[in-house]
Amino acid sequence: MSKPVIATASLAGCFGCHMSILDIDERILDLVELVEFNKSPVDDIKTFTKPVDVGIIEGGCSNSENVEVLRAFRKNCKILISLGECAIMGGLPAMRNGIPVRECLEEAYHRCPTIDPFDPKIIPDDPDLPIILDRVYPLHEIVKIDAFLPGCPPSADLIWKALTSLLQGKPLVLPYALVKFD
Amino acid sequence: MARKITIEPVTRVEGHGKVTIHLDDAHRVTQSRFHIVEFRGFERFVQGRPYWEAPVLVERLCGICPVSHHLAAAKAADVIVGLGLEGLSPTAEKMRRLMHYGQMFQSHALHFFHLCSPDLLFGADADPAIRNVIGVILRHRDLAVRAVLLRKFGQEVILATAGKKIHGTGAIPGGINKNLGPEERDALLRGPAPFNAETMIQWAAEAVEFFKDFHKKNRALVDGFAAFPSNHLSLVRKDGALDFYHGVLRAVDAEGRKVLDDVDYQTYLDHIGEEVRSWSYMKFPYLRRLGKADGWYRVGPLARLNTCDFIPTPLAQKEFEIFKDFTKGRPNNMSLHTHWARLIELLHSGEVIRDLLLDPDLQGTELVRKRKKRREGIGLVEAPRGTLFHHYQIDGHDQITMANLIVSTTNNNEPMNRAVDWVARNVLEGQTEITEGMLNRVEIAIRAYDPCLSCATHALGQMPLAVELYDAGGALLDRRSR
Ligand code: SF4
Repeated sequence: MSKPVIATASLAGCFGCHMSILDIDERILDLVELVEFNKSPVDDIKTFTKPVDVGIIEGGCSNSENVEVLRAFRKNCKILISLGECAIMGGLPAMRNGIPVRECLEEAYHRCPTIDPFDPKIIPDDPDLPIILDRVYPLHEIVKIDAFLPGCPPSADLIWKALTSLLQGKPLVLPYALVKFD
Repeated sequence: MARKITIEPVTRVEGHGKVTIHLDDAHRVTQSRFHIVEFRGFERFVQGRPYWEAPVLVERLCGICPVSHHLAAAKAADVIVGLGLEGLSPTAEKMRRLMHYGQMFQSHALHFFHLCSPDLLFGADADPAIRNVIGVILRHRDLAVRAVLLRKFGQEVILATAGKKIHGTGAIPGGINKNLGPEERDALLRGPAPFNAETMIQWAAEAVEFFKDFHKKNRALVDGFAAFPSNHLSLVRKDGALDFYHGVLRAVDAEGRKVLDDVDYQTYLDHIGEEVRSWSYMKFPYLRRLGKADGWYRVGPLARLNTCDFIPTPLAQKEFEIFKDFTKGRPNNMSLHTHWARLIELLHSGEVIRDLLLDPDLQGTELVRKRKKRREGIGLVEAPRGTLFHHYQIDGHDQITMANLIVSTTNNNEPMNRAVDWVARNVLEGQTEITEGMLNRVEIAIRAYDPCLSCATHALGQMPLAVELYDAGGALLDRRSR
């Protein structure tokens, strides 16, 4: 039997959730024997080389590119997991929801004290930059999500428990002690 | 025919990155850029939040080195609660130091073993299917076990000091919320081998040897790749020693002349400026004294070893002397030597962790001090990737009214652009066909500067990278991705 395939992505997240995956420590040595990580980059649709069994996403959708990546994941993954606060509820980046994007940009690029007051007032707007969305969206508002692992980040033990359950085809029963909403 | 090469994304950490390279009819490089394509808006949305929330809010910008943000914000908050910069209780200061050196240890271990070692073990042109951490685990299991345990050790130090491995809560304005229990101390200091401080120091020393050996066998690559002169900036201790947690600002130029020295970082606005460019969400910092064109600088391990006078632990100091001898005491401007510097810092962090664990002050009970409140505070630390600036102003209700951050990656913006440009001119220029190995060289150049950027990719799989060739009219000519 071929190994189950896993893919992961970080959208508008801090990568802390991915670091928490690494915090399974020695168990990672077993994990790479048990599963195959899809070697194609998760942000590029064309690089999904085969159907993926479990897709894991951290971070919400903050710009147009995040949405594209998320949709590509939904299309290619049997099971899609929202990993962590940002994916589930937008997290810290969603603190900008309710503030016009323009105000955030002006604060960073015009009013910043390290910028010379005599410099021309520029806001980055190159065609090479993706479009910022009006607010940060949780993943399940954009595509169907099959499982939610809460925490900021979810603990390594929770991630391990969820992964091993899913890979063995067992229902996802998450012990209360492992579920944290900080 | 003129072409534009796009490499996207380079990363998914601290913002997605992207590289564009323009070639003219004769395949000469006319422009190369490393764009940061993500924008968060932290400076604005943190306004109105109480200042004591900053240390736990802002660390969520970066899960690779959350402790650095946590501590930089806490140091700014110390100033706000009226403490002088050296005003913390010994227990609080040393707990924070331990937390910070734990972070340095785990981050440097992660960078070298998980991210950088695949390039060294398998070569820049190796099959990307194995040239990643999974390949290291499958083919170099002993090394992989060390990688996992070294990182775990740093993370356990953070857990013991911050309460959580990622996004801890240990530092609070004016101090710390816990001391170190004797059981926690003993588990790290005298844990069953290999999981104890002495073994970790030994492994770190062996990692330095591993790199020196690689260097000996690959001189042309390590010395020549993406080498270019620059200024260097970092914190140093008052007496010129390497220090990651606290000190004064020092900058040297490519020849080693001091551009800044003994600068109190509360005055950073007098010395550091930033420029906005339309094609990147990341600003471009510069030293005001040298101006926008010439004032850009490097930060991080290489810069730190170029600015400091010595390392205050014996094993790392010995390695530092060898490192300095290589450039006859002058600043080292070779991008790939950053890995060497990083491993010396790994060793130093291990020694500092052990020494701190032996210090009875960590079991002290004076955790917090406060004096007369101020309306403004600036906090600086040396994060794994370089100098990190946090600056806050508050109103009479303790609410933040202004926040300004200059993160390590931003400080390295211009150097990373220069490194990409170096690869564009020395590897891609004149080529009609792009190979996977050429793409990897672009990554290697960026990877030397920013573990975050490569973490995103090498930590779990490989760097997603696509290069597209367009003709002058914008039609897609060729595409290569992996
Ligand atoms: S949930 Fe927390 S750890 Fe995960 S990406 Fe968001 S801020 Fe980072």
